[in-house]
Amino acid sequence: MAKKKSDNSPATDVETRRDLLRSMLLQRRFEERCAEAYALGKIGGFCHLYIGQEACGTGAISVLRPDDYIITTYRDHGQALARGMAPRSIMAELFGRIDGVVRGKGGSMHLFDRNVNFLGGHGIVGGHVPIATGVGFAIKYRGGDQVCVCFMGESVVNTGAFHEALNMAALWKLPCVFIIENNRYGMGTALERASSIHDIYNRAASYDMPRGVVDGQDVMTVRAAVQEAVDRARTESLPTLLEVRTYRFMGHSMSDAVSGTYRTKEELEEYLKRDPIIVLRTQLQQEGQLTDDDFTKLDEELKAVVQDAWDFADQSPEPPLEALFEDVLVDTTSDAHAEAAVAAD
Amino acid sequence: MPVITYRDALNQALREEMQRDDRVFLMGEEVAVYQGAYKVSKGLLQEFGEMRVVDTPITELGFAGVGVGAAMVGLRPIIEFMTWNFALLALDQVVNSAAKMLYMSGGQYNMPMVFRGPNGAALQLSAQHSQAWESWLAYIPGLKVVAPGTPYDAKGLLKSAIRDDNPVIVLEGEMLYNTKGEVPDDHEVLIPIGKAELKREGEHASIITHGKMVLTAMQVADQLAKQGITIDVVDLRTIRPMDIEAITTSVRKTNRAVVLEEGWEVCGVGAQVVDYIQRECFDDLDAPVVRVHQADVPMPYAKNLERAAKPDAAKAIAAVKKVMYLE
Repeated sequence: MAKKKSDNSPATDVETRRDLLRSMLLQRRFEERCAEAYALGKIGGFCHLYIGQEACGTGAISVLRPDDYIITTYRDHGQALARGMAPRSIMAELFGRIDGVVRGKGGSMHLFDRNVNFLGGHGIVGGHVPIATGVGFAIKYRGGDQVCVCFMGESVVNTGAFHEALNMAALWKLPCVFIIENNRYGMGTALERASSIHDIYNRAASYDMPRGVVDGQDVMTVRAAVQEAVDRARTESLPTLLEVRTYRFMGHSMSDAVSGTYRTKEELEEYLKRDPIIVLRTQLQQEGQLTDDDFTKLDEELKAVVQDAWDFADQSPEPPLEALFEDVLVDTTSDAHAEAAVAAD
Repeated sequence: MPVITYRDALNQALREEMQRDDRVFLMGEEVAVYQGAYKVSKGLLQEFGEMRVVDTPITELGFAGVGVGAAMVGLRPIIEFMTWNFALLALDQVVNSAAKMLYMSGGQYNMPMVFRGPNGAALQLSAQHSQAWESWLAYIPGLKVVAPGTPYDAKGLLKSAIRDDNPVIVLEGEMLYNTKGEVPDDHEVLIPIGKAELKREGEHASIITHGKMVLTAMQVADQLAKQGITIDVVDLRTIRPMDIEAITTSVRKTNRAVVLEEGWEVCGVGAQVVDYIQRECFDDLDAPVVRVHQADVPMPYAKNLERAAKPDAAKAIAAVKKVMYLE
């Protein structure tokens, strides 16, 4: 995805918004095909789709530099695509093939790509948040100005790991941006049944940490809020907790009903009216910057990209049996001389 | 050769490795200003500063995860647990993050880090502070687990652990910190992970052991020698990957084996040793293997009960005589 330096000129603003639309639509079409692939048995295990939440990851990641770090939960396909990871590599991973981004060893929940500093894809709720604090620590240790963005669901804020991680990030003044994607349901349990407070960004008060809440269905709003937090992290080395309010249009995972069990069809239909893609598309169309034709062409193009990813994945071989025993351990040790110096960015 | 304490041997290892490589840092409770709960990190804050010797809040899960994150992006953390009993809280990070990161990421993110601290019983610390965890950690593919029993092994194994590009568990012992032994004054004292050592040689039986029980085994060897019984003492030094060849070489020679450990019986490290022996040395055995371990109870407080619960030289001697069909 083309990255443009953000300035206030209308031309680049339109370009930026087109890029964001493109990214979100790619994620949408990708996830829809994942649902299909799962039903066909090409994807196994757990598959947690990002449909409805695209503006969160896309808006946030759009303000990052290539040398910034991202860590997230198992609902990671959208963020991976927003970060520029290849649809082919992701789909091949979901199909469990050798050309998958982690060589078929991780699957849907564990997408990693060192080339774009995408630190996974983690399965234990809350487990990755202390890791984000550690990345922030390393940035400060080296005297760099990178930031670490940590996405999490709203259920994470009740875990011990969240508490410990944010306390240390605030205590040590680390350049972390903690982003809660509050889709209102921790699997089948509504926020109100799990959390003693509902404005969960206020958990940051326990750590005297800057915080905010933002509408997660408007990618530009998300982008602006994350930009502010990223600037704070980069220039002052201070963390922020941002609550981004969103909704998932599918179930928790492919094993979960879309609606009718713990959430109503009516509720879902209300939220569908604020589909982030429709929100941005409408904005651009009202400004005369996008026609129906433009959108259709973009959609066809992206559907073809996803089809190409599917075909690539389908044709990629399963990992060879020897791969079973690869990458349990490395057989190297630290080099005595060459890497002794700490690189300060 | 200088004779130093196990504590000082660890301190040397930490200091030397932190001097050698700027990416190495130490993090844990009381490691900095307090100079270490057991003084293992004495003087390090003064030499290396507070970015490299980091006091944490009491947050084992949190700071173990901080170590994981730092290791993912190129630093080489040494995470200290004040005792391994508290590390239960951190097991999600040790097992689900550190041990699995390389595999799950398809080889992209290796974890060059060390988790270390005192393991097992001390004196009258009662049930929650007296547990030996080798077995739980040795269970996990993706980890290496070492348990030095002497100052030389402590220095050499900790240095190797720090230089290893994998997550290495180092199990020390509060009761070991004051023990003394010869340690070369050499910055390149490195003991390979995965290699046991024959600490005593004999012909009548083999004791396979590790950690605190190594000293016990050597006392047993000395005492039995007076009775004309000589034994091999195989100090495993590394629990995972275990040096199966060292075990089988000894047992094929003596034909009788005792496995001595401080932990519990069920699914303990000794159970795995016995499996290797029965697999490789079935026809060499002249007696079933006998294990000596802690009683199958939480550790009690009362001095006499604790003594009764713990394995010791007398119990190990009885075990050797049992495999020799004496008395």
